[in-house]
Amino acid sequence: MNLTVDGKSIEIDADPEMPLLWALRDIAGILGPKFGCGIAACGACTVLIDGSPVRSCVLPVGQVEGAVTTIEGISSPAGLHPVQQAWLDEQVSQCGYCQAGQIMTAVALLEEIADPTDEDIDNAMGGNLCRCGTYPKIRAAIHRAASLKLARS
Amino acid sequence: MSRLGTFTRRAFLLGAATVAGGVAVGYWYYRQPYPNPLEDELAEGEVTFNPYVKVSSDDTITLIAPRAEMGQGISTTLAAFVAEELDVSLDRVTVEHGPPSYAYYNAAMLEEGGGFNFWDESFTAETVRGLMGVAGKMLGLQATGGSTATRDGFERMRQAGAAARIMLVDAAAARLGVAANELATENGTIVHRASNRSLTYGEVALDAAQIKPPSSVVLKERADWKLLGKSQPRVDMLDKVTGAPIFGIDVRQPDMLFATVRISPVFGVAPVRSDISAASAMPGVVKIVPIETLYGSGFGVIAENTWAAFKAAEAIDVEWGEPGYPKANDEIMATFTQAARSGDASAMRDDGNVDVAFADAPQERVIEAEYSVPYLAHAPMEPMNCTARLKDGVLDIWAPNQMPVLVRWFCSDLAGVPGGKTNVHTTSMGGAFGRRGELDYALYATLLAKETDGRPVQVTWTREEDTRRGPFRPASAGHFRARIGEDGLPVAVDMRIAAQNMMSSLMGRTFPSLPAGGSDPSITDGARNQPYTIPNYRVSEIQVPLAIPVTFWRSVGNSVNGFFHEGFMDEIAHAGQVDPVEMRRRLMADFPAAIAVVDKVAEMSNWGETLPAGKAKGFAFTLSFGSWCGQVIQIAETPAGIKLEKMWIAVDVGMAIDPAIIEAQMTSGAIFGLSAAMGQQITFSEGVVEQSNFHDYDAMRIFQAPEFEVAIIENFHRMGGVGEVGTPPAAPALANAIFALTGKRIRQLPLSREVSFA
Ligand code: FES
Ligand code: FES
Repeated sequence: MNLTVDGKSIEIDADPEMPLLWALRDIAGILGPKFGCGIAACGACTVLIDGSPVRSCVLPVGQVEGAVTTIEGISSPAGLHPVQQAWLDEQVSQCGYCQAGQIMTAVALLEEIADPTDEDIDNAMGGNLCRCGTYPKIRAAIHRAASLKLARS
Repeated sequence: MSRLGTFTRRAFLLGAATVAGGVAVGYWYYRQPYPNPLEDELAEGEVTFNPYVKVSSDDTITLIAPRAEMGQGISTTLAAFVAEELDVSLDRVTVEHGPPSYAYYNAAMLEEGGGFNFWDESFTAETVRGLMGVAGKMLGLQATGGSTATRDGFERMRQAGAAARIMLVDAAAARLGVAANELATENGTIVHRASNRSLTYGEVALDAAQIKPPSSVVLKERADWKLLGKSQPRVDMLDKVTGAPIFGIDVRQPDMLFATVRISPVFGVAPVRSDISAASAMPGVVKIVPIETLYGSGFGVIAENTWAAFKAAEAIDVEWGEPGYPKANDEIMATFTQAARSGDASAMRDDGNVDVAFADAPQERVIEAEYSVPYLAHAPMEPMNCTARLKDGVLDIWAPNQMPVLVRWFCSDLAGVPGGKTNVHTTSMGGAFGRRGELDYALYATLLAKETDGRPVQVTWTREEDTRRGPFRPASAGHFRARIGEDGLPVAVDMRIAAQNMMSSLMGRTFPSLPAGGSDPSITDGARNQPYTIPNYRVSEIQVPLAIPVTFWRSVGNSVNGFFHEGFMDEIAHAGQVDPVEMRRRLMADFPAAIAVVDKVAEMSNWGETLPAGKAKGFAFTLSFGSWCGQVIQIAETPAGIKLEKMWIAVDVGMAIDPAIIEAQMTSGAIFGLSAAMGQQITFSEGVVEQSNFHDYDAMRIFQAPEFEVAIIENFHRMGGVGEVGTPPAAPALANAIFALTGKRIRQLPLSREVSFA
């Protein structure tokens, strides 16, 4: 089947029942989305489909409709995405394993709400677990990303 | 049985050290330096000065940070040690983990293994610390754990940087025909100001490598530090915001197969009946093979992709044997409670005469309480995994692991190849928390690599396997008594703590032929070694033999006893009608470092202020891994449950190398402890773990996270650890706050058994 991932069209030869996550990782070699739970409970595998955050570990690849964006597809030749830049500035990551998913959810949040409150952040990010406990910095980074984005636009 | 059992000869040394008996050390052996492992892997034009520094003639400078990066920021701190003395900034260098090598022994990890109180600087305590450190070197214990990496690297890695710098400067002096003392260094360049000439490190690297290393070096004074003592941008941060493939699970090798394991959920048994035919016939499945090790027995499923392996593993039809331990959770926990009440105890701290102090105590001045905590899984975000290839007599292991030297020993033995033909590549880790100090993931990958005709195989566990197979943080129960004096302060405290011997559990699955008895300091860590002066003060260990595998979990025994000790201290304060913080000030008067921490956190949190109805604060303190940590948490009653509003942390780490990393670790450690306290437990039914994934073994979510304020203090004259220190006081601070809020004293974790959280 054919998928659009990070702006490129790719051919994937897989059982349509296979979750998108494994098709990306094991077949297409796109390693940005991580495996954490396989049951949509942690958010490590989050990708965007037509801009909405989706848990790729439970979405059969055969049911994907729309363009897939992973962490590998959000920066531009001009540089990092404002969310990534804010993550770098705030030194958010510890082990870093959850952060691809956190960043993708934050990207989607800022598309929807340009200047989110703490409550908006808590609501949007509740499905993304971080075992290293980087939450206070994630909050700070999302606020910073919001101002970076507003400044750039 | 696995071939691990045949390990006796090599095992001897480690056994000798871990069982902490007499460590016989030959002086010559200790002084003999290990060979520099970097010599075997130099690129064209590259030289190495010691195991921590490589410089290439194209000016690439590579520093080795030989401790596992599991998120704690250690690669940045260790690289900064070398860079500080080498006089280069961190953005000029590449940081690598380095190969497994005895050269990277961790002396500090064993130093505190002798069971002495951290503040004890008596001759005996220092001698044992020295001997244990020597043992660390002799055994080449390249290990990450015990919050030791910074303390261990502090002298050694700065010296390595300084020695390399001297050699580079000497080479430049010869080239320029001037005296070395006329030269200065500036971020990788050697400058002769008088003649306005300069050379880069790369330009003189080849010459410098011919120079004999200096026999002694003078390290910079603290006032001259450019990097240390200041927060540095983390060297791993860019990779970790771009989704770079740096983790074990991201390893990709040509022609690689994918696999998973299905190991017995009943500990210590093999399948009694199984049928793999249906599973083997599933699409994408290459092969299903039996696995038998001391860690566990079951099946390895090799497939074309991970998902196919997961599906087939689930489809294996298997019946496991009967457990050799009680099947029901209540029965298991009752063995600890019973033992705490009446089991044979050995006193690990025994001040005054506790029995006499209780013998004539008036009934109304005595309080008594029973506490318990459950088993816990580590649940790092990245599930256990390992990639292995056995080809042409060479074994390659790519593993997120905390113990590369041990991984090499065990896996080479299992594969039947010499240690010299085994390469262990340590990847970044998606969390570890002690779990990756075990070896099972690497053993399983090695066994499966023997089945794939030279093709590499990546073995990824499901979250369910990761949650259920242990080894776990030990469960524990405590039976405590206190006699309260007329002034409200405790006259006598008697703490009996019952748990499994973790070292025996560990030795049983690694070095089973060795006797591993004796006391296990981790059973009472965090209770027997706290800076309180109480006239009659006894803390006893009671061992409970049980075949449930247990291991290190962030802050180890302190994670249990921080809760026991500080929860009970809060009860004592309440019974004596003394403010809990005021009581600490009085009982800790002999320890100025502790008092300063208590005062600081009280001041930050405005302890003692009158709070609006429906809000309360709780306090706790634990000295662990050489750092003194006080925490206050404020909580509020809301319609949705208890909300964690804010936590204040004051910590004395002796010397703060990187304040931002320390602050991040304090917050991280506290959230880890709060997550466990609020809701985590591993329980059993029919001898099998009931929890399986994040829906029933969850951790704190962002909407539950309090605000944090951290103060770092540098009073004590020895450097403490950082990575685990924030965890132990978190649970008791929260439980004590709940008591202040609701009047409910919760003595059994998790707290969600009795209250709900927003
Ligand atoms: S791996 Fe998809 S939500 Fe956890
Ligand atoms: S940074 Fe480690 S899990 Fe989030």
